[in-house]
Amino acid sequence: MSQSALSSAPVKTAGVALRESPSARERFTDAAEKSWRPVALLLACFVAWWVIAALELVEPYLVPSPGKTFEVIVDKPDYLWQHSWVTTYETLIGFVVAVAIGVFAAVIMVYSSTVEKTLYPILLFAQVVPKIAIAPLFVVWLGFGMAPKIVIAVLIAFFPVVISMVTGLKAVDPEMLQLSSTMGAKPWQTFVKIRFPASLPHLFSGLKVAVTLAVTGAVVGEFVGANEGLGYVILQANGNLDTPMLFAGLLVMSLIGVVLFVIVEIAEKLLLPWHASRRESGVTTAF
Amino acid sequence: MSEIDQPDGANMTQLVKDKTADSGPEPAVRIQDVAVRFRSKKRDVTALTDVSLDVTPGEFVAIVGPSGCGKSTLLKLVAGLLKSSSGQVRLQGEQVAGPRHDIGYVFQRAALLEWRSALKNILLQAEIRKLPAAQARARADELIRMTGLEGFEDALPHELSGGMQQRVALCRALLHRPPVLLMDEPFGALDALTREQMNVELHRIWRETGTTVLLVTHSIAEAVYLADRVVVMSPRPGTIQEIIQVDLPAERDYAETMGRAEFRDATTHIRGLLGTAAEDD
Repeated sequence: MSQSALSSAPVKTAGVALRESPSARERFTDAAEKSWRPVALLLACFVAWWVIAALELVEPYLVPSPGKTFEVIVDKPDYLWQHSWVTTYETLIGFVVAVAIGVFAAVIMVYSSTVEKTLYPILLFAQVVPKIAIAPLFVVWLGFGMAPKIVIAVLIAFFPVVISMVTGLKAVDPEMLQLSSTMGAKPWQTFVKIRFPASLPHLFSGLKVAVTLAVTGAVVGEFVGANEGLGYVILQANGNLDTPMLFAGLLVMSLIGVVLFVIVEIAEKLLLPWHASRRESGVTTAF
Repeated sequence: MSEIDQPDGANMTQLVKDKTADSGPEPAVRIQDVAVRFRSKKRDVTALTDVSLDVTPGEFVAIVGPSGCGKSTLLKLVAGLLKSSSGQVRLQGEQVAGPRHDIGYVFQRAALLEWRSALKNILLQAEIRKLPAAQARARADELIRMTGLEGFEDALPHELSGGMQQRVALCRALLHRPPVLLMDEPFGALDALTREQMNVELHRIWRETGTTVLLVTHSIAEAVYLADRVVVMSPRPGTIQEIIQVDLPAERDYAETMGRAEFRDATTHIRGLLGTAAEDD
């Protein structure tokens, strides 16, 4: 860390230096600089969609026009809202449970090599099993309610949480641990004051992956067997060849994923301001 | 024993092997016939062998030697972070068995917690030791003044230069007034100018606190300027080659010291001992 801090050429006055932190204005222009390209590409895709639909290059029942799609969203807000809420609810519960179990499993694996040796290979193996394929089984076991969807969301979101948390807990500077032992730190003190906070940047990069996967898990659960949720909406629309509704469902579903992702990112900025500012100053690269 | 040539044997107690025969005050650090062997799958490595050294309270001892001579291992032994394969290490009159809490430790990298401000990094020492908060705060302020960190208390580590980070690490190591301060190449990652400033400051801080210091360094000039005695080590297996008594006044001005004949003699002598193995000075 000291090396990287040195290399970014601090302003020196008699060995005393404080790096300037960027102003709000600079940060805004920086963000604009970074985001205009993806935004432009998205707009281009949107325009292409519009052109294809308007010129009827593809049959309208295959690709509805953006206007038709938004019409559906505006016409049936209650219907979409109700089913979106179900999917969001399943996603959130699944995500929270995955995080709780994942963090707990990571902590015991890092602190007990016996547990790690027993659990880690099984976890890796379980990752190889396509969880989507066992979704029907959960419907058989747990019925048509929310339970199987939540379980699938948990199963899918769990893995990135464990892996990132284990990586984070292990990435602690060994000298920091030696230092804490010369301070006479109890294991819980080392955990609370050093290891856990040090692992949070890693955990958050796992959470960002996990939250989007949780949406996928919930929708897959709904595909397999449900009478509510966006997965159900999409299947219904598909069956009726109602492509505008299908596109509307997809759009709302993507929106849920994006919003949840942004919420996790905002939480990261609020909880780990030190990490965010370090990343912005280009001293380190994200995990 | 390989450390035969001791220029000023009179004020050294290290040849006294029998504790009961030692009539003087208990040394701050006593290393007796220590050897360290690391066992790996492929081969056994002897990191240290036949090392004996006594450090009197308040003394500043620098340890120089080429890479791989076991300098850092020696410090870890004193701190109780490593166990010796044979021989014994005593700190403050007690045998070292397990991590010691009556020391301050400074590494080459500052090893600061990135989410804590400079002040809070310094106070970590107090938090873990459960020292009274007000007292710890007063001591931290004193050290911040002593190291010239005023105005940077709230800065996060990544906002500080390498020199400032190392000052924070030094303050943290001194917060609990440890009788012995162990420093493992603390200025190795700093540029030459900052390093000189840090040397001057460390000299002043050592004079002010009266702490016993064991400093591992690659820099011969740094060792001679700061230390009462310089331990020169040779590698493979690491052992003490010679201990040089530095004939310089207790209080040393940096530029003036550099120009002294005694300083030049000592550095030339050490450079001769190390051959071309030394990194720089």
